[in-house]
Amino acid sequence: MVPTAYYLVLAAILFSIGVAAFLIKRNVITIFISIELMLNAVNLTFVAFAHMWNQISGQIFVFFVMVVAAAEAAVGLAIIISIFRTRQTLNVDEIDLMKL
Amino acid sequence: MQLALFLIFGALAVAGALNLLLQRHPINSALSLVVVMMSLAVLYWSLGAEFLAAAQVIVYSGAIMVLFVFVIMLLNAGEEEHTNGSRAAYTVGMPGAAAIFCLLSFVFLSERGKLGATEIGGYLNRGLDNISEVSATLFTRQLLPFEVTSVLILVAILGAVAIARKEQ
Repeated sequence: MVPTAYYLVLAAILFSIGVAAFLIKRNVITIFISIELMLNAVNLTFVAFAHMWNQISGQIFVFFVMVVAAAEAAVGLAIIISIFRTRQTLNVDEIDLMKL
Repeated sequence: MQLALFLIFGALAVAGALNLLLQRHPINSALSLVVVMMSLAVLYWSLGAEFLAAAQVIVYSGAIMVLFVFVIMLLNAGEEEHTNGSRAAYTVGMPGAAAIFCLLSFVFLSERGKLGATEIGGYLNRGLDNISEVSATLFTRQLLPFEVTSVLILVAILGAVAIARKEQ
């Protein structure tokens, strides 16, 4: 028997590490990877709450999150390829055309 | 037994996430994310979500991470340059991430009595197949969202091809 709160705290740890990696990393692919980490942390909370309430809807929601994450990864990586082709860099500090 | 399972794979997930944060080469970060996703699949299974555990392994650590590794190798991404990041990220971001973690942990741990405890494979114990329950919901009540996601995937494929194509 594991308290549900432990699963939720684990998800909070993973989410916070994802936020930290998103802010610290300078490589655009690594930033994208940390977004995936945050999505996974949220999925864990969905599954934990679905188990807690004995409801299947949380798992259905995780299924849809996975589908959207797959679509997002495909489009995002295409954008990264396109950025690399025009600017020859993956460093976010140098991709600052829209910066004031 | 479930506590041991949770502790082992929870620690593995946190170790993978920390390794993702500390490694400088993108390929190392991507492979640590695979570790995180595989251990999360075990945790899903222990929470009685067998279908999602399988989907996590196949879709996330299979398809999506292959796409990431493929792009990293295609673009020949090397180690990150050692820049001293934006000041805002360190002054606001890190305390912000720590604050998110502290707030969430405080709420979850102070309400741990009401949140209750989990037993291994909750759906199996009730004599219900997890996959049949998921598919019954997905193909009856959630049929329209399910069909819309297939259109979304189609649009994403076309968009990815259109964006990544070489300009003529």
